Amino acid sequence: MTLAGRALTIGYSDRVVGRGLDVTLAQGEVLALLGPNGGGKTTLLKTLLGILKPLAGEALIEGRSLAAYSMRERARRIAYVPQLHTPSFAFTVESVVLMGRTAHGNLFSRPTAKDRAVAQAALVRFGIDHLGERPYTMISGGERQLALLARALAQEPQFIVLDEPTASLDFGNQGKVMREIRALAASGHGVLFTTHDPNHALRAADRAYLLRDGERIAEGSVRNVLNREQLEELYRAPVERLFDPIRGGTAFLPG
Amino acid sequence: MTRSALPGLAIALAVLGAGLVVAFTVGRYPVSIAELIDVLWSRLLGRPSSAPGAVENVVLLVRGPRVVAAVLVGSALAVAGTAFQGLFRNPLVSPDILGASSGAALGAVLGIFFSLGVIGIELLAFAGGLAAVAAVYVIGSVLRSRDPILVLVLTGVVVGALLGAGVGLVKYLADPYNQLPAMTFWLLGSLAATTASDLVPLLGPVALGTLVLVALRWRMNVMSLPEEEARALGVATGPLRIAIVAAATLVTSASVATSGIIGWVGLVVPHLARALVGPDFPKLLPTAALLGGGYLLFIDTLARTAAPVEIPLGILTAVIGTPFFIWLLAGMQRSWS
Repeated sequence: MTLAGRALTIGYSDRVVGRGLDVTLAQGEVLALLGPNGGGKTTLLKTLLGILKPLAGEALIEGRSLAAYSMRERARRIAYVPQLHTPSFAFTVESVVLMGRTAHGNLFSRPTAKDRAVAQAALVRFGIDHLGERPYTMISGGERQLALLARALAQEPQFIVLDEPTASLDFGNQGKVMREIRALAASGHGVLFTTHDPNHALRAADRAYLLRDGERIAEGSVRNVLNREQLEELYRAPVERLFDPIRGGTAFLPG
Repeated sequence: MTRSALPGLAIALAVLGAGLVVAFTVGRYPVSIAELIDVLWSRLLGRPSSAPGAVENVVLLVRGPRVVAAVLVGSALAVAGTAFQGLFRNPLVSPDILGASSGAALGAVLGIFFSLGVIGIELLAFAGGLAAVAAVYVIGSVLRSRDPILVLVLTGVVVGALLGAGVGLVKYLADPYNQLPAMTFWLLGSLAATTASDLVPLLGPVALGTLVLVALRWRMNVMSLPEEEARALGVATGPLRIAIVAAATLVTSASVATSGIIGWVGLVVPHLARALVGPDFPKLLPTAALLGGGYLLFIDTLARTAAPVEIPLGILTAVIGTPFFIWLLAGMQRSWS
């Protein structure tokens, strides 16, 4: 099953952000979306999620236009992990994860025993079941990101779309979230995430999609696409490449 | 840090119970608890009470309708405030944020101005509240924006200001000896004139609106998330928001039409309820309803007993609500940001 964008023109009623974009995400693979601020990453993300309507072209799941799905049908296929934020109300972590079950019930239904079991399993999977009763506002940023991942998993989607999942996390938690992204792909999910750090794309993604000023600069396997020339062109800034000859690893530094 | 709802609900129920006892027994004509129980029990069983006729009159005819009205209005304002605070993701929002109160106020002063009588005044107040919110909603959706909630709240402020000017104009034109005192009294809020016949037009809309909100309680949790998150979770936010606003407005307008404008209850009580059971709407909604009823009972008892003349309810709720609001603002830094 694939999540795809075909000849997408993305943006808002008063502003076109990007044109002619084609994207494909298969189940079991991780795609990283990279590019400068204001280049259209988040807009593309929201269009693929079905939150934002494309101005032209279409977003599809398994060849069927997203517009043809109801909100609930769509939410059972794609989950969204937004950028970290502090919510207005101190819901417990368990309540937050249970909200992931919304699309599995109707307008008036209350969570069933199955919903609670799925939410609990998601908490356990990310190792935060001991936080279930804690207010979501009073846990650390890393724990909050894991709670949002658990909520996404509780939706039982085929695809998970994450907006800068590693931003505003400490070094250790960045690594943890990237490992969890790999694990999600290993369990058959298609994962799309945006990031400002090419190293995170190298670490967690199979393929990278480089977006600048609403245009695709390059797309392909991270090994082919993420090189110094490409990154310098993407960010219009000098980039230094570090190479570890013993383990064969690559990393990039800005400037 | 478990947040079981039972202790919180029990406290709210106890507050309501204590409010009922105080409201029935305290006053210019004191009624003992034994007499109160006797009168209510006899009434329930349909046999004559052993209490003196005057006591029976005070309990059933004088205080009874007023007590029931206070419970209904207090619950209604608290439930509406809870819904609006969740919907607008802002703990400092109150039921009149979308112009329900100012619309109802304009309707009521117009009713008084045209000498329409009690039913006419209440109907106009009710229609004014609904019309104001509908206008705010239509204007808010015409002004398309990426932040529909913010636009809605700002439109509410603007329309509220215009309606306030309308109220000022009607007061300016009103007969200063007959109409103006009635308008002023109504704008300050009171349950003094409540009779049994006021209760049916109050109960119907309050029950209907509350039922809708209770039915949607699980979705209201999701509606308190940012718009895009709620939609990504599979909620059709647009229609659901209309349903919640309509239900909360119905409830607010019905209570404003009965009691006049009583501010602050819808702001203060949801906070107290949230402190008791947390923000989870399935628990919060019943707690706020019970607590709101009890809260207004205490305020109303204070209003009729604290001074030789009745103190308008709106003044008492403001005197309590303002320091509370400042205390909330002071606490914002640690709790919500």
